[in-house]
Formats: sequence, structure tokens, C-alpha cells
Amino acid sequence: MSLTADVVIVGAGIVGAACCYQLAREKFKVITVDADGIGTGATAAGMGHLVAMDDSEAQFRLTRYSQMLWQEAAPQLPTSVEYESCGTIWVAADEDEMGEVRRKQSYYELRGVRCQILDETALREAEPYLRNGLPGGLLVPSDAVIYPPCAAAFFCEQGKSKGAKFLLGRRVTSIAGGTVSLDDGTTLIASRVVNAAGEAASRLTPGLPIRPRKGHLVITDRYPRTIRHQLVELGYLKSAHATTVDSVAFNAQPRITGQILIGSSRQYGTADKAVEPQMVTRMLQRAFEYLPVLETISAIRTWTGFRTATPDKLPLIGPLSEDPSILIAAGHEGLGITTSLGTAQLVTDSLLGRPSQIPIDPYLPARYMHEASHA
Amino acid sequence: MINVAQFACDVAVIGAGPAGIAAATVAAEAGKSVVLLDDNFGPGGQIWRGGKPSDKELAAMQWLGRLQRTTARQIFGASVFQIQGNQLAAETLHDAFCVSFKKLVLSTGARELFLPFPGWTLPGVLGAGGLQALIKAGLSVAGKRIVVAGTGPLLLAVAAYAREKGATIVCIAEQTSWTRFAEFGLTVLCSGQKFVEALKLLWRTRGVPHWKNSWPVAALGRAGVESVRIARNGKQREIACDLLACGFHLAPSTDLARLSGCKLEGGFVAVNNLQQTSNPDLFCAGESTGIGGLEKSLIEGQIAGYACAGQLDRARDLAPARAATQRNAESMKRAFALREELKFLSEEDTVVCRCEDVPFGKLRKHASWRSAKLQTRCGMGPCQGKVCGAAGEYLFGWETSTVRPPVVPVTCSSLAAFSASGTSESIEGGLQ
Amino acid sequence: MPETVVVSVGGKNVQVPVGTSAAVAAIIAGEHCRTSVGGQPRAPLCGMGICFECRMKINGKVHVRSCQVICTDGMEIAVDD
Repeated sequence: MSLTADVVIVGAGIVGAACCYQLAREKFKVITVDADGIGTGATAAGMGHLVAMDDSEAQFRLTRYSQMLWQEAAPQLPTSVEYESCGTIWVAADEDEMGEVRRKQSYYELRGVRCQILDETALREAEPYLRNGLPGGLLVPSDAVIYPPCAAAFFCEQGKSKGAKFLLGRRVTSIAGGTVSLDDGTTLIASRVVNAAGEAASRLTPGLPIRPRKGHLVITDRYPRTIRHQLVELGYLKSAHATTVDSVAFNAQPRITGQILIGSSRQYGTADKAVEPQMVTRMLQRAFEYLPVLETISAIRTWTGFRTATPDKLPLIGPLSEDPSILIAAGHEGLGITTSLGTAQLVTDSLLGRPSQIPIDPYLPARYMHEASHA
Repeated sequence: MINVAQFACDVAVIGAGPAGIAAATVAAEAGKSVVLLDDNFGPGGQIWRGGKPSDKELAAMQWLGRLQRTTARQIFGASVFQIQGNQLAAETLHDAFCVSFKKLVLSTGARELFLPFPGWTLPGVLGAGGLQALIKAGLSVAGKRIVVAGTGPLLLAVAAYAREKGATIVCIAEQTSWTRFAEFGLTVLCSGQKFVEALKLLWRTRGVPHWKNSWPVAALGRAGVESVRIARNGKQREIACDLLACGFHLAPSTDLARLSGCKLEGGFVAVNNLQQTSNPDLFCAGESTGIGGLEKSLIEGQIAGYACAGQLDRARDLAPARAATQRNAESMKRAFALREELKFLSEEDTVVCRCEDVPFGKLRKHASWRSAKLQTRCGMGPCQGKVCGAAGEYLFGWETSTVRPPVVPVTCSSLAAFSASGTSESIEGGLQ
Repeated sequence: MPETVVVSVGGKNVQVPVGTSAAVAAIIAGEHCRTSVGGQPRAPLCGMGICFECRMKINGKVHVRSCQVICTDGMEIAVDD
């Protein structure tokens, strides 16, 4: 069987779903394919934290731009998406980290992100359950949280209402020159293909420097009003940077249900989905150091997910230079939910041949593929 | 660093119902060091649950007596939430501990299958086994009008028990047909002791209307159940009651087995004739290998215990008895198979996931358990989908076998205690 | 050896036989166990710790399965929100 479209999107995770929505809105005839369902991969595993990150200018620009798109979209999002502007507090454990708080504050303020340094007292007032003795933190009120699987479902529904078609439970075996082949023998003919296949992206486009980074999460029963903001330790940045060592960093999120979502951990070199008790232990013990009340709180579930990491911690967005009919939208590491909207916008602008609001250059696959083709 | 008590033993047994009691007893008698764990207040599981010692039947007294004469360490109020390799982790009211074992017997039994119907969430609508458990925990049913409904031999047992405690059993509404029930009756006829027990149950429930081809269509009431509408032979009747005890037979508790990677067959833990699972150090005995009642649990428990103790001859001696209990289990499965009508009892707003109040109307459009979970929160509550997942398997054909630790909610500190180090206490083996 | 204990359910004192579970004490006191997410009153279903419908606040601790707890003298039992 053969189907035609203007664009075939491989992957119905949050990135693929956002692309589907944007492209369908711009009147492209879209077919979205996924080997499983909508938002059932990394999208279902992650924390849904919409955050402005300052690891690099390019990362900041993409996350900040995406955040603003989320803020614009917020009024239309159904309640199932659980959009909450709870803000983030970056928590400092010592004076060194307070230095980092000050650095971050000026970085953000300079770039128009309002934030506020909290001293020890202010931190305790903002979050009474944090342990005593933390010197302070940085409050970023414009950060938010969502529930990603329902966001992906919403974007797909919106895309569907604009004519997008979906093939779920169908695995793509190859992408080659305008043809997408599925495991059941179907071929999809399209002038453009967007590879938003997450973990499978490098199987479909060989040479993409994407490595899986396993993460663990724990969610608790309902304890409303225990924490009010997404809490992240400043050591999180060291964890996100570490490229070889298994690491944990305190990360806690209040959900609308009153449950607390606890992260985070990063591991390289494993593709095993199983929950590892040793990692859960390390992650929880780190969390107890910030939020001692967690020790007495009931944990309902643990699970794992795989982020897709690139060497420079920036996603791969845009056309392949060796075949511009294929666009990549993958490799978002821990920022896929945040940057899904910005990614979709960049992909759409690229397909329309119009300039984007932020430059696409830092994210283009060519920065790696060029090296690969000369290997 | 959290300090966690650690025990080391030859044989750990999870679940102190008849199967676990038998396994622990024979393994300890054979000289093995044994730890027997259960999350209830004392030994007995469901069928020998609680109550005064004098209330218990003779077989229970005998087995419990034998168990007490061994050095098997019994730990109650202990929820085993995780197994990794040859270590299990458990939580009690106040702390957590680990047990490392050479062999493990999983005798975690079964739980009632609940199917949703309008009004099933009203206070006063309980499981059949649920009613029995509550009576044993002090609930007085004297003078209460109780409708017993659903399917399975448990309905008769519970009706008889509640009646003896002073309840008026209005009717026993069994969904299976008279033909199937009679076929089951024939197999019971051929099995000696079971036949006598069956006669006793029929005697103890004499005068109570025993209906077949009957099932609950709705439970009605304001603050609690006040009446039940029962469908029977094409007609519906509303029956006033104080309590509705309704359960659709039993489903095996296989969470720990699945977590340990044991293979399942037809939803039950697959074992060889030594009760060994696909993991050579893990054994499974009792209702989780097949719903077969007390005799099967006792036989399989002993086989597992002997096998763990290396007494394979004794284990094999029980093979003929084991075969008989397998046949009975098969016949029970056929007799109480669920009818199709039970898939269509729910209305659009009938709650299916009770923890998260997710209605039938939201769930039926999801082709998979995973999709339903992610999009509707079904199964994301503290019961971890044990109730709604089992219902979903029957109603929608969902596949719900993925399991991750903890298999029951525990405090974060218990969850974090698992790989803590500490000195290990070794349990002695043998007799007192 | 006392044959009964006194517990408080929702602030009301109730005398129950020794060995009674907190879930049954709630029923004796005419109280349901918890209020569901959608605002419905809920009471025990399975009686054996599987369904979590019997959750109550016991001695200040929330989300405790009352069918798994035996009443002790002075125990404070309240509806779980």
C-alpha cells in the first residue's frame, strides 16, 4: 500500500506531535507515524518541566523562545495538560552555589527573564519543607510544568482537526529520498520527512550522534501543598554535564494531584529499561538531603526513561545538508518537553523557507554530519 | 545512611497462607533456616484468616502447631515490595528490612476479581472475601440483610460464614449456569473430602435462594448501598439489602513473580512439578499457580518446601496428590468462567478506576492499558492498577503484565533502604 | 486483660472489641473511610490490603490502609482526604 503526503513525521512524541500541529496549521498535508502510541516513549517518562536553561547561549535562546510559545498556547491547553506556572527554585546548598545563584540571576535578568534571589529566610518561607540551613536559591516565576502525554495528545488532536493523518503501532524501517517504508510493507511518499523518532532517530538516519541517557523517577501519593515550586538543586547542572559518570541530582515537582514527582538520575551506556534499585536509592537519598519530609511519604511508582543526548547538549533541528528533504528534530536530552514548541516552529519555518525568530544554525545536523561524512 | 536490618536464610517464604505455612514448615523441619513473611497480622492467609485459635479448623491447627515447633522466623505486618537477585525488601509499620535467601517460595495467593457495575463504589458494596475478612476483623453482621453475588465457591463459603454470624442471606446470585455448576459438582463428588465440605456448605446455606445465571446490574442507595438490582434469566429484580458481597472469583497475585522475571502461563505463574518457576531459585505454590483451594495450596506448599530443602523424593511422593488438585483447579476454572454479559454492565459514568475516579466512558476508547494509563490516569493511584487493571483485562482485553518496584506503595525511606549495607543476621534452621 | 479498646473516629469515641481493625471501627462509628477524587464516600472493598479504598488518617498519618491496622487504645482515626 502506498500513501502520499506533503510531510511525513516519524514519531508521535511531544516533538513529533508539536511538529504535526504546526505543519497542519500551515496547511501541509501531514502523516504522522509511530511504532507505538502518542507520547508513549520518553514523552511519558519525563518531568514536564518548562524551564529556561543557561548551559549555553544557544540552549538559552531555544528554551526561552519555546517557553514563550508555551505561554501563548497555555490558554488553549485542556485541563488534562495540567499547565501550572509554579515557577522553579534553583536551590543552593552552600556558599559556592550561592555564587552560582548570583551568576544565574544576572544571566537571566540580562536576557529578560525575571528572577529573584532568595536568602535563607525567604527560601524557608517559599518552601517550608526544605531542610534548615540551605543558604538560599533563585526563584524563576516564569517556569512552568505540564503533563506531557496529554500535551502530545492535544497537539495531535489539533493536527487531526486540520487534516493530519496518523498511523500508530506501525514501525518505520527506513527513510530514503522521499520514501518512508513501514514494517507492514506500506510506503509513504512525501516531499519532506521529519525524523522526530527520539531513541530511534539514529537508526533511521545513521550518523546522528545520539546516545541514550537513562533516567529514573519516583512519584508519591497525594500530599497537596507540600512543595509549591519545581525544586532543582544547583548540582543538577553538574549532573547534566557529566558525560561518563552515573549521577543523581535533586529535582522535585508538585503535580496538580498533590503528588510529588522526584528525580533525577543520568546514566550512560545502558539500554536496559529495568528500574535499578541502587539508582533509586541514590536518587532518593539525595532528595532526602533537601526535602527530609520525603522519607515518610508514600511512593507509589518508579519508572525509567531514556533521554536522547548529543555531545554538545543541543538538539539536532533542521534539514540534513546531504539530503534537505529530511529534517531532523531529535536529541533533546532533558529539554524535549520545553523545546518541543520551539523545535516545531523552527522545522515549520525551514519547510516554509521563511526566517525563524531565533537562528537555526546552532542546531543544524550539519555540525556533526559534516564530520561524519569526512570520517 | 539509613541502617537497615538484614537477615540471611536458606529459604524465604512470602505469604503465610496454607501454601506458605506448609512450605516453611517442611523446609524448616528438614533443617533449613527459614524466614516466613506476611503483610497480615498473623499466619493463615485468607482462608485461615485471623480469629481466635479455637475458631480455626483442625487442619489449620495442625499445620500452625507444626510451624510453631520449627525455628522458622515468622515476620508479620511485613509488605514485601521488591526482589532483586536473591534479596527481598520488606516494609513494616516502622521500618524496612532485607532478607537474602538461597531459595525463595512465593505463596502470595490470590485476590478477588472485581468487575464494575453502576453503584459498585457505594459504601456497603464489598467483595465476598472482603466481607469475610471484615467479619473476622470484628464487623458484626447480626441482623444484617446481605446479598451475595458474583461467581465462585467463595460465594457459598462466605454466605455460610456470614449466616452463622447472624446475618440474613437474602440470596446467592451466581453468574454461572446450572449445567456448569453441576459439572463442577460432579468433580467435587469424586474427590472425597471436598465432597463432604461441599455438602456441609449446602447444609449451612439451606433455605437461602441459590440462583444461577444471575448477576448484579446495579447497586442503589444514597450514602451507602440500600438495594441491588439482580438480572436473572432475562428478568431484573430489585432486592433491598444492607450489604452486597460481590466478587467474581479469584485472580492470582503474581506481582513479585513477574518482578523477578518468572514466566506466566494463562495469567498464572508457570511451574514444573517441583513448583520451580522459570527462575531456578524461585518456587511458587498455591493459588498463584492456579486457583484450586486449600488442598492444592497445602500439597504445592509441601512440594515447594521439600524441593527447597533438597528432599526431592518427598516432593515427588506428592505427585499423584498434586495431579488431582490440578484437575480440580481446571474444573473450577471451567465452572466459573465469566459470561460475556459481565463486560457490558457499566454505563458511561460508571467508575472503573476507583483510585482516580476514571469512568468507563473515558476508558473504552483506549486500545491498550498503557495508553489508558497515560491519558486518563487509570491505574496511577495507590492500588497501582491491581483492581482496575484486572477489570480492564476482562472488559477491554488489555494486557497489563508490566510490573516495576515497589509492588505495593511504601515510604520513600523504605524504597531507598534497599541497597543499604549493614551486618546481616543469620537465621538458624531446624526445630525448636 | 481488657476485652475492648476505645478509639476515636472523626473525634467521636467508640468502644470496640480487642482485635477489631480500624476499618471496622470506622463502620461501627458510622463513618466512611475516605473521600474519592470525585468527592464520593468510600469504604472497604477487598478487606485484604489490595484495593486501598479503606485508607484513613490514623494517628496523624494519612493514606493508611485501615483494614491492615488493629485498633489500639486511644488510636485516632479520621477520614482520609
